[in-house]
Amino acid sequence: MEDFSEQGYGDSSQWAFGADFEDPLAGVDTTIPDGVEPRALAVYCLMLADDALVFSHRLSEWCSNAPDLEEDIALTNIALDLLGQARFLLARAAAADPTIVPELPPGSPVPADDALAFFRDADGFRNVLMVETPNGDFGQTVARILVFATARLALYERLTGSRDAVLAAVAAKGVKELAYHRDFAGRWFVTLAQGTEESRRRVVAGLGEVWRHHDELFRTHEVERELAAAGVAVEPSSVAGEAGAVLDQVFAAAGVERPSVPQAGMIGGRAGRDGVHTEALSRMLAEMQVVARAHPLGRW
Amino acid sequence: MPGDAYRIAASVTDPELPMLTLGDLGVLRRVEEHGSAVTVVITPTYSGCPALAAMRDDLVRRLTEAGYADVRVEVELSPAWSSDWISERGRAALAAAGISPPGPAPKRPVVLTLSPPRRSVRCPRCGSASAEAVSEFGSTSCKALYRCADCLEPFEHVKEI
Repeated sequence: MEDFSEQGYGDSSQWAFGADFEDPLAGVDTTIPDGVEPRALAVYCLMLADDALVFSHRLSEWCSNAPDLEEDIALTNIALDLLGQARFLLARAAAADPTIVPELPPGSPVPADDALAFFRDADGFRNVLMVETPNGDFGQTVARILVFATARLALYERLTGSRDAVLAAVAAKGVKELAYHRDFAGRWFVTLAQGTEESRRRVVAGLGEVWRHHDELFRTHEVERELAAAGVAVEPSSVAGEAGAVLDQVFAAAGVERPSVPQAGMIGGRAGRDGVHTEALSRMLAEMQVVARAHPLGRW
Repeated sequence: MPGDAYRIAASVTDPELPMLTLGDLGVLRRVEEHGSAVTVVITPTYSGCPALAAMRDDLVRRLTEAGYADVRVEVELSPAWSSDWISERGRAALAAAGISPPGPAPKRPVVLTLSPPRRSVRCPRCGSASAEAVSEFGSTSCKALYRCADCLEPFEHVKEI
């Protein structure tokens, strides 16, 4: 058996978790704004990060499965942008409150953002349910990108004024990226709705599926309310009108009615933001995390 | 040679757009030199751009080879990178390599655009102004796909952000 330790395999560039910045926020000022509770800031960052991370993973499942090569590349590019946003937000969460980072065996090279992504169970994830459900068909995926990107773009526009410099900076970058995601989904939504009978049927059905989780996306959680009052967060309910107006613009161009469907229920008043998820998230995470968990030291 | 760190850092090329230096691309924010220690501050183009890691490694290697003993690369997120920061020299280098350079970046707040993107794009191969957008997403985060309606060749366009 070869002894890899003698061949430079201990070098950081060889780590499974390496080949990247160990800390995506290296050099960034992560001072916590005055009067802000570190734990609350970390939890808020996890909420935004997990939305981006989970949706990114769902979109990456389209890789090699999209209707054509251009859309395959588009969906995975959108996934990559969201993954980048998630990394900065996870790193910001870890810097705000290091106690939220799962503990790993001594000697593990896994940076905090990866530890949060790969070593938390489903009940530790704070994402909204809209992003975790299975993809469905291309029409449903287009509908989900449309609704999510529209809501997140409106939220990030306001978050650029956050008193937390890292959140403000991530939001300012995210706005530019989400504008392309929203346009992509908006154009496809209209194309499919105005296409064949079958494409219209599917995109309308897909929108109905996605819309079951619409209200949760705009519901303000206690942590968001607290941090919004401190000038750090944005209450999602405060952008519902603005996002709704953009969605209505797309629906009008597509000749589609705004859905009116029963909203997925909460459990004991709790949902994604509190770590209460659907079974789909556990299955998704099992696949996403299996390699990292099998090799917490990053070698094999 | 002391005082040379900025020039060296700025001359490192982008791993995915090797016709551009980091200086041309506009991702190099600052270079601080203290004796043999140097800190390079760069900014990512797109949040998920994997080229950032390669840039870091290349910066460390080139500056170490030039004799700097302690090389640090730091990230600065704000202000967010804009395609407007690509230099004139960089734009010419892109076009010469068959990649259409970006137009002016959109202003915020960004409005929804349901029609095909309106840009005045010229085919970098034949110079024709009649090119059609194939996709707003391409082989890297920063590029869109186009096809020339005259010479029929596909080409890439650096997106405006």
